Amino acid sequence: MLVKEALDKYGKTPDKLIGAMLAYQKSTLCNYLTEEDIKEFAKETKIPESRIYSIASFYSLLSMKERGKYIVMVCYDVPCYINGSVNVVNELEKILEIKMGQTTTDKLFTIEYSSCLGCCDKAPALQIGATLYGNLTPEKISSILSTYRGKKDE
Amino acid sequence: MSNIEITKNILTARFDAINPDSIDEYISHNGYSALKKSLLKTGEEIINDIKTSNLRGRGGAAFPTGIKMEAVLKAYGSPKYIICNADEGEPGNFKDRYLMEKDPHQIIEGIIICAYATDIKHGYIFIRGEYINAINIMRKALEQARVKGYLGDNILDSGYSFDIEIYTGAGSYVCGEEFALLVTIEGKPGRSTYKPPFPTTSGLYNKPTQINNVETFCNIPHIINMGGEEFSKIGTSSSTGTKLISLSGNIISPGLYEVELGTSIRDIINKLGNGIPNNRKIKMVQIGGASGPIIPENMLDIKLDTKEMKKLDLCFGSGAIIVMDDRIDVLDILKRITEFFHHESCGKCTPCREGLTQMLILLDRFTDGIATTNDLALLEILMETMNQASICGLGQAAPIATQKVLEYFREEFTNKICSTDS
Repeated sequence: MLVKEALDKYGKTPDKLIGAMLAYQKSTLCNYLTEEDIKEFAKETKIPESRIYSIASFYSLLSMKERGKYIVMVCYDVPCYINGSVNVVNELEKILEIKMGQTTTDKLFTIEYSSCLGCCDKAPALQIGATLYGNLTPEKISSILSTYRGKKDE
Repeated sequence: MSNIEITKNILTARFDAINPDSIDEYISHNGYSALKKSLLKTGEEIINDIKTSNLRGRGGAAFPTGIKMEAVLKAYGSPKYIICNADEGEPGNFKDRYLMEKDPHQIIEGIIICAYATDIKHGYIFIRGEYINAINIMRKALEQARVKGYLGDNILDSGYSFDIEIYTGAGSYVCGEEFALLVTIEGKPGRSTYKPPFPTTSGLYNKPTQINNVETFCNIPHIINMGGEEFSKIGTSSSTGTKLISLSGNIISPGLYEVELGTSIRDIINKLGNGIPNNRKIKMVQIGGASGPIIPENMLDIKLDTKEMKKLDLCFGSGAIIVMDDRIDVLDILKRITEFFHHESCGKCTPCREGLTQMLILLDRFTDGIATTNDLALLEILMETMNQASICGLGQAAPIATQKVLEYFREEFTNKICSTDS
């Protein structure tokens, strides 16, 4: 998807901007917006580049750092924490051989902390795309990740 | 008001009884009947019914819904907007996600009735970007409502036209705050502003705007169907109706429960949550979510009642109950809560932005064992400043958990003090 295509689909007015930026970012291979993308959004919408940048850097779901195809969002908050989210993070870091916030060398996974995912009744939880995984134990992590390996494009 | 029922399913009555993707199943379960009744009434009649019901906002601030609607109706300016706040992000809460995923039309019906009563033509449902399933379900439900003529031009031949648009957030807790939410829809970073004026007079694009929480809207069709008088008999005199409780933490049966207001926190934990696992004891309970107070075990008999809780400077907020057992370190939890707010602070006002940074530095001094009596005094002054001087609810509420710990578990801090300043 091109920046222009995203804006044509969502609209070029300020109220449609964040939606268009999210949709465009999702269509990129590495889940992020480049400086060129920011300039392109500014040019197409005639909204100042500084404001586009301030949006891209403000919201957690937008990134200006190259990321993996799948973002593994792990809840950082108290209900998950007291039910063992630290063990889940350790297991993710061990299997993927990266630290929190980093991307695997094959550019498939990025692990990020997320604010509450609204899944506290199944804590600890993580989310990949639209799918929530709850009641996690370290033993479950490997099979969750393997479903995304070798997965065809959606 | 002694006959409080612990479980009372009003908003959750259709959960799992209907397919959320089917508007026909909603209709066959009495759905959209309240809208039909409402279209035969005047806006004032509907607002009076809601005022009689004594419904208060379920997002946390507990403002009387009928009074808010009246303010919007009387406000000067056009067009007016109505917004359903589904930017649920308060740690410990998951009620709005369930309401959207299990009974989406209940929300839509509530919004349409309120919009009709205040003569609003355009509405938004602001859903946080992480709730992808809820977004898809709500989109589908809106489309079905349009096909059936509940939304769009000339709704059910009443001459009234109204439509709702979905706006998805992009990952920001502060956007659940009214003004931060409004500027996000306007396409800016979600940074709040001073009040007053309130959104009811100067909201989206500086026009009068009614903003209510998902759960608040869900109550509206039931008030219309049973009448405000009947609704006000549920719960207590100061807190009417039911409340959805998001129960989590160290608890045997975590989950979403609908209880009659006036129920005690202990009953919720023991009778619905089935108590604490591994034969542990409760050390503390956080009520309302990360921005809510932490109370000790001996206070759990307190009832979910605005007036009674206010006497102790407490509130039940959006209805999260996070139970923590006696293994949990209080300061460790406070650090995590403060880190959450530090991450989510928009950075606009100094008390919140700098206050949270300094709070984390001070909390570290306690956990590192290098705190002095001066650090404790400084922490208390700092938090008071944040309460008083932050421009939005995030900074004002961020220190509450720590302040309540200092009130109820002061020794957790004083035990860590290593030296006394001269």
